[in-house]
Amino acid sequence: MANAGYLRSTVEWYGGIGLLTTQVARNLALPPKYARLVIQEIEVMGVRSAGVALVAAVFTGMVLALQSGVNMARFGAETYVGPLVALSILRELGPVLTAILVGGKVASGITAELGSMLVTEQIDALRSLGVNYIKRLVVPRVLAALIVFPLLTVLADGTGLLGGALVAVFERGVDWYAFWNTTFYWVTARDFFAGITKSVFFGGLVTLVGCYNGLTSTGGTEGLGRATTATVVDVAMGVIVSDFFLTKLLLILFW
Amino acid sequence: MAEAPVIEVIDLRKAFNGREVLRGFSFAVAKGERFVIMGGSGAGKTVCLRLIAGLTRPDAGQIRVFGRNIERLSEEALLPIRRRMGYVFQGAALFDSLTVYDNVAYALHEHTSLPEPVIASRVRHLLSLVGLETDVQGKLPDELSGGMRKRAGIARALAIEPEVMLFDEPTAGLDPTNSKMVAELIAELGTGVCETAVIVTHDVELARTVADRMAILIDGRFAATGTPEQVHSSRDPAVQAFLTGEAR
Repeated sequence: MANAGYLRSTVEWYGGIGLLTTQVARNLALPPKYARLVIQEIEVMGVRSAGVALVAAVFTGMVLALQSGVNMARFGAETYVGPLVALSILRELGPVLTAILVGGKVASGITAELGSMLVTEQIDALRSLGVNYIKRLVVPRVLAALIVFPLLTVLADGTGLLGGALVAVFERGVDWYAFWNTTFYWVTARDFFAGITKSVFFGGLVTLVGCYNGLTSTGGTEGLGRATTATVVDVAMGVIVSDFFLTKLLLILFW
Repeated sequence: MAEAPVIEVIDLRKAFNGREVLRGFSFAVAKGERFVIMGGSGAGKTVCLRLIAGLTRPDAGQIRVFGRNIERLSEEALLPIRRRMGYVFQGAALFDSLTVYDNVAYALHEHTSLPEPVIASRVRHLLSLVGLETDVQGKLPDELSGGMRKRAGIARALAIEPEVMLFDEPTAGLDPTNSKMVAELIAELGTGVCETAVIVTHDVELARTVADRMAILIDGRFAATGTPEQVHSSRDPAVQAFLTGEAR
């Protein structure tokens, strides 16, 4: 019985996310006065999360260079540390780590905010005033994420590469010019854009999960706490699982 | 020919988790009428009001508002209908991150392109109408007392000049003085501001003050309907038990 209940709630959750996505698609056109809401969300998501994304990226680049430098030296391939770090960051770690870290922070905040609005009937108050709450509360957040996540990923890519280069040069003694020469020789614009495409998808996914969990939280303030925690897990799992399928799709389409 | 009712409810049914809260009842509210629905806690009064506003969907039955069936309308199609109603929530449901001014002006900012000075003057007028001083405009909802919040909620609902007001337990949680003031305010609104209203309450005194007609909701059905005098003289023991506060 417990399994049947779990299965049912899982199906409902995926169905709900699907329905919310279609509602968002139907309401994408915002009135001009809502532009300030998108800008406000860009500030909340982007400016206030940039530090987290950049610190994670620089240390990821550094540890990648350190590990790969030590291990590739064993078979004389230390000059390829640059391309390895760059491909790993641009194609995978930049978009995925940004989505998990910033996404978890942003989406749990969205769940908490929308969930408390739901508990205190503020969403019903919006509806009773004839306001389209999808346009007012969900669409600006999704649009902001579609802009912010790729931008943060670009920054994370840059700082991650720089971190890798610094460790490769100063710790492993790789030549600075050789590092960048091999990197630019092996890495193409396609690698960069594959990561950026992922970050756009992750931005949409993360905000939709955050909004859905907030709008459907039940059980008062205790339930809201559970929903917020669930969002962090859902975002991490959603990003990791969808990353595989997205990678496969991008390889089929653009390789 | 008689004017069509503003709100008409036919054989309305609603269940939550298998428990039937509303078991099929019908009523109509004419233009200019104040209809009070009374019942104990958990009787389904709030659900009834939410159904009229289209905030909840019924399981069966029809709800006709302004001559239009709303029970199967999409959220988007319901928006223009809701703009013709003012809903006052039990807990006021003010937007907690906005000041009283922004709360009251919310619908005007959303649905009109009025210049700010016109909106400001309308907000001042509404606040004075509900008996609030203009110096509360800059305060956040959690800086207000329960009675002030309730009145700010009424001002917000009145901002778009609704044709019908829906009040959910307007005196719940208020002290006797504030309850009396809110009851008088609702009665005053009936004289020129917004004549038609549906009020759900368990406050017998409020019902006596404001009702043109009233109904008692017991076990998901109306046990008595009529003018306050007719309902108070009902011989139904359940109705009498409710009105005298002896219902268990």
